[in-house]
Order: sequence, then C-alpha cells, then structure tokens
Amino acid sequence: MALDRLGSNAIADLAVSAADIAAGTITTAQIADGAITLAKTSGIGGGDNNVIINGAMQVAQRTTGSTGITSSGYYTVDRWKVSNSNLGTWTMSQSTDSPDGFAHSLRMDCTTADASPAANDDLSIQTRLEGTDLQQFKKGLSSAEQWTMSFYVKSTTTGTYICQLFDNNNNRFVSKSYTVSSANTWEQKTITFPADTTGALANTNGNCLIIRWYLASGSTYTSGTLQTAWGTNTHANKAVGQVNLAASTSNSWRLTGVKLEVGDTASAFNHRSVDEELLRCSRYYQKTKAASDTYKHFGLVFIGADVGGTSYGTLAVPLVTTMRGIPALETTGTVSNYALWIKNTNTALSTFSVDSGIDDGIIHGQFYLNAYGSVSAGAGSCGAVRANNASAAYVALDAEL
Amino acid sequence: MEIKNAQYVKNASGENCAINCEAESVNISVPLVASNRHYAEILKQVKEGTLTIADAE
Repeated sequence: MALDRLGSNAIADLAVSAADIAAGTITTAQIADGAITLAKTSGIGGGDNNVIINGAMQVAQRTTGSTGITSSGYYTVDRWKVSNSNLGTWTMSQSTDSPDGFAHSLRMDCTTADASPAANDDLSIQTRLEGTDLQQFKKGLSSAEQWTMSFYVKSTTTGTYICQLFDNNNNRFVSKSYTVSSANTWEQKTITFPADTTGALANTNGNCLIIRWYLASGSTYTSGTLQTAWGTNTHANKAVGQVNLAASTSNSWRLTGVKLEVGDTASAFNHRSVDEELLRCSRYYQKTKAASDTYKHFGLVFIGADVGGTSYGTLAVPLVTTMRGIPALETTGTVSNYALWIKNTNTALSTFSVDSGIDDGIIHGQFYLNAYGSVSAGAGSCGAVRANNASAAYVALDAEL
Repeated sequence: MEIKNAQYVKNASGENCAINCEAESVNISVPLVASNRHYAEILKQVKEGTLTIADAE
C-alpha cells in the first residue's frame, strides 16, 4: 500500500537510517525553499567561512627567511607576527615542509636556546584580526557563538601547547591546550573555544582579536590554572602547561592550514588562490622591490610635483587595495639607496618619509610620500623615485595590526 | 618592538609630518596617527621614558 504522506511524529527518532534512503531518491524538488538552514550545513564546507588571512602561509612579501630574531615583529609570512620577550633567538621562515594538500608552512627554528626562561619571558606566534571581520561571532551578546580553530602543526618537541584567543577590546581571553603527540610529524588539531556573552568586539579596523600559539613561556604566565573559559586578563592562567620549545637549538615548530570559524565544528580548509590571498594581505602590507634592477623604478611618480627651489617632491603611490589605515613607509639601507629621477638626472635622496599632513596620507586610492633631494628641476617638473644602484632597495607600506 | 634613532621629519610647510626611525630591522617612516602600530609603540615607549624623538633637522 502506498502512502501519500506521513503524519507528524509518524517516524520515531532513529527509525530511518542512511541505509534506508537509496542514492538519488531525495531530489532538489523535494526540498522546500529555506527548509535547510545554515545551522544544518555546518561541516559541509561550502563558502569561505575562514576569518584567518594567509592561513596556508602562501604569501611572504617581506622575505621567506629571517634570522637572529630576538624581538617582536613581522618578519616573513604576511599577517603572522613573532612575539618574543627575551626567550631565545629564532629563525622564522616560509617553509615548503607541509602536510598533503598544502605547499607552505610557517617555521620557527631555535638558534640560541633558553632552557630556563625568566618569569616574564614569553614567546608566541600571533595573528591579529580587525573587529569588522569578527562580528559574526556575536561576542558580547546573549546569542554569542562558539569559535572553532583548526590547524596543522609539526614540532620536534612533543607535549602540551597552548592556543589562545585574546579580546583586545575588553582585555579578556580564553586559552586551550593541544598536544603534539609525535615528534616531526604533521598533525591536524581542532580546538573549540566557548562563546563569550561578555564584551563585544568593536566593529572597527582596530586590533580587536589576537590569536596566540605559545611556544614557550615563563612562570608569570604558567603558574596558575589554565583559563579555558573566557575571563579577565589574569597572566598566571594564560599558558599553563606550555612546553619550552626554546630548550634546545635542535627544536623547531611549523604551522599551516589555519582556520577559525563560527560554531563547534571544523569544516574543510578553504584553499584560496595566491592572488586572492595576496590581495587580502595587501590591506596590511604592500611591497615593491628593486630585485636585479639596481635602478628599478618603483612606480612612484611625481604628480604636479613641486621640485624647484624647495628641492622636494610629493609622490603618489598607487595602492593595490585600500589599506587598513594610514601606513608607515618601510625602506632598507641608507636613504641614498633611493634617488629622484628628473630630466634624466639621478639625485640621491636626503629624506624619504610619509606625510600624514596630506589629507591623512590617503587620497582616492593613492598614498602620498615626500622625497627630498638636492635638485633644481623647476616647479611643476615631473619625475620618479627609483633605486639608486641598490639591488636590495624596496618600498613597502605597512598598516599591520 | 625595538625602536632606534627616532627623529621628526618636517614637510614643505614646515610642519612635523612623520617620525623616521629603525624598527624590526628596517627603516620606518611613521605617520603621526594613533591607528598606526608603529606610532602607538613610539608613544608608549616615549611615555615609559625608554625612547626620545629628536627634533627635525
């Protein structure tokens, strides 16, 4: 006997298993519009739901390797910062050692050990996120969401490691541990952090969330009880149990495939194209290099420049994309590595700087710089800034968090 | 962040428009805006008394 329809509660819980539904018997036409909600698609992996930028470590505009790191800063892969407070010396690199399906990882190698960190010493890898990119977590609301972090890690040193979300707006954090079980082996880890109904993240371009992967830490940060629920900024509860990766110069640690998403389930990593990831990174850092051309032009031209008696030029820098905020200008070597190129004449710069006085530096997709040199080309002359016989010269704009 | 050799820079109008310094092993020209991480760090270190900014030449 065929049934036209079933009444409500006609099928008891667990009465229909996957084996009872033949392949292809449920078609699109049999599912009403809106019948399947977003909450029921968790884990399918549709769309790009990863708030981490450069999580596959594909982009390294600064350089692919930096040695002698003893202090905090951005050194290699874009968006990934070393935070080092007196805890060893390190080489940071964009490594090609990676798990299947990935091409790169962030690698930290200890080159000067610190087997007994002082109380306030601290070492972590961080990425920092704007509040505008995090509103979907509904932090601070009664409907706040959980956070699920997934990543691949490989370390010479087995044991307990700490991953932390730090709310930089409200000075609150939550820490969770993960275990490296096998030395020198890629392992995928998933950590779900609880929702936080206290303290909203500002909907701004500021540094609202800091995500830390601890590598070593002094007793100031390890002497309490690991704070696995969101709470106030108690140092002693931040990194309890963290192994000391700085204990030996034989130690190293690698990270890739990092994803942070809403909910309690990790979905598949969203592999972005290199150009898409580069564009995202360019909101925070943009760079042009001289490379093998020792007199390379950087695309920095004078537009209506005044280069007469005042011997300076105002340069328009075309931006790859809108930057997060007013960037700093980054250069290398001496200022004479850069030159004004006007009327077929090369003149070394004496000063090269941003000018925060020009409409806060950003006008219609361009950023303005000042370049000073002893030239007398006449008001209204046009020219450019280029490398001055310096293959290492580059021009970069830094609006990192 | 270690910051060294910080000095104000004036623009053509004679106004301070930036602070040039060394940070993270590179040369940085820092805009005078609070949202820039380098400027925020400079202000912090000046307040703590660990950094002095030289006047513009």
